[in-house]
Amino acid sequence: MASVKEMRTRIGSVKSTQKITKALQMVAAAKLRRAQQAAEAARPYAQGMANVIANLAAGVSGPSAPLLLAGTGSDKRHLIIVATSDRGLAGGFSSGIIRAAREKISTLVAEGKDVKIIAIGRKARDGLRRAWGNRMIETFEVGLKSPNFALVKPIAQHVLDAYTNGEFDVVTLVYSSFKSVVTQTPTVRQLIPAVVEKNAGTAFYDYEPDEDTILAALLPQNISVQLLSAMLDNQAGFFASQMTAMDNATRNAGDLINALTIQMNRTRQAQITKELIEIISGAAAV
Amino acid sequence: MADKILFELVSPEKLLLSKAVDMVTVPGTEGYMGVMAGHSPLVSTLRAGMIDMKDEGVDTRFFIRGGFAEINPNKVTVLAEEAIPMSEMDLAILDQRIADAQEDEIAAKTDADRARAAQMIDDLKLVRAAF
Repeated sequence: MASVKEMRTRIGSVKSTQKITKALQMVAAAKLRRAQQAAEAARPYAQGMANVIANLAAGVSGPSAPLLLAGTGSDKRHLIIVATSDRGLAGGFSSGIIRAAREKISTLVAEGKDVKIIAIGRKARDGLRRAWGNRMIETFEVGLKSPNFALVKPIAQHVLDAYTNGEFDVVTLVYSSFKSVVTQTPTVRQLIPAVVEKNAGTAFYDYEPDEDTILAALLPQNISVQLLSAMLDNQAGFFASQMTAMDNATRNAGDLINALTIQMNRTRQAQITKELIEIISGAAAV
Repeated sequence: MADKILFELVSPEKLLLSKAVDMVTVPGTEGYMGVMAGHSPLVSTLRAGMIDMKDEGVDTRFFIRGGFAEINPNKVTVLAEEAIPMSEMDLAILDQRIADAQEDEIAAKTDADRARAAQMIDDLKLVRAAF
C-alpha cells in the first residue's frame, strides 16, 4: 500500500488537474455564448439565400441551368470537405465528425467512386491522414479567431475553381450541426449540385438583371455561406462539447480526490493505531 | 404614407437591422431604386453603394459591398456581402476596400472576374466621391 506521503502528492496532482479542467470549462462556457450568438446570427443570411435560390431554381431548369445547380450529370468523382476543430479536449466532438466522414468515404470508395478530401481543422487532417492521406488534396486550419467570411472565402474559391475546372462531380460537406448546447449532430450535406428546398409558396418575382445572371452570382456565394455557417456551427458545437467534457472531467477529479482522501485518512489512522498498539504492548511487557 | 415596409439588412455574420420603415433605397445593379410598401415582388443583385433608409423623416445610411435584395410587397430583405452603418464608416475603410478590389482585378484569372472587380472599383470610387 502507498504511503501517506505518496498519496498526499497524488491528491495534490489531481487537484491541479482539476484546476485546469475547471478553468478550461469556464473559458469554454464564456466562448460558447459568443460562438452560439454568432452561429445564430448567421442563420438569417443563410436562410434568406436558400429562399431566393429555391425561388429561382423553381423557374430555371433543363439544359440552361447552371452547372452548380444541375451538376455535371455524373457522380463519379467526389470531393468531401471535412470540417472539425483544430483542438481537442472536447469529448467526442471531432471524432464524431470524423466517424461520419469515414462512413461516407468508405461507402463511396466501396462503390468504386473517385474520392478526394479537403480537411478543415487539424483534427480532421490528423484523423483522416492515416487511412486516406493520399486522397487529401488540401488542408486548412480553423485558427484561433472566430470563423468569418474572410476565412471561408479562399476555401470556397478553391472548391469552386476545382469544380469549374471539371475536377469533381459532387461536393459534400461533413460538419457538426449545432442543435443546442447538449446536442450536436455530425451532418453530411451535399453542397454541389445545390440541393434546393422545395417550398410550396413560391411568389412570382421579377428579376433584375435576369434569372441566369442572378443565379450565376448567387450559387458561388451560397457555397461560401454554407461553409461559413457550417464552421460557425462547428465552433459553437466545439465549445459546447468542450464545456460538457471539462465539466465531467472536473467532477471526476473531485470524485477521485474524495476517494483518495478517504484512503489516505484510513492509512494514516491505521498507522497511528499500529503505533499505539506497539506502545501499549511495549508498556504492558515492562 | 401610412403603410410601412419591413426592412431587413443581413450580412453573412449577422442580422444588422430589422425594422419597419417608410422607404428604402437600394443600389441595384441596374440603378438605385426606392422601395416602399406594396412594391411588386422582385429579386435583384446589388452593386457596392449606399442603402438609404427613410423612416419618420430620419435618414439612416449603410454602406454595402454588393449582395442581393429580395423584395416583397411588405418586406425587403437585403443580403449584403458586407454592410457597415454610415456612422461607423470612414474614408480609410473605403480606401482599403478600393485597394482590395484593385488587387482582385490584378489577381483575376478570368475575364468575368476581372470585369467584376473593375465594376467594384468603379462603384467604390463613386461612393468615395459622394462621401
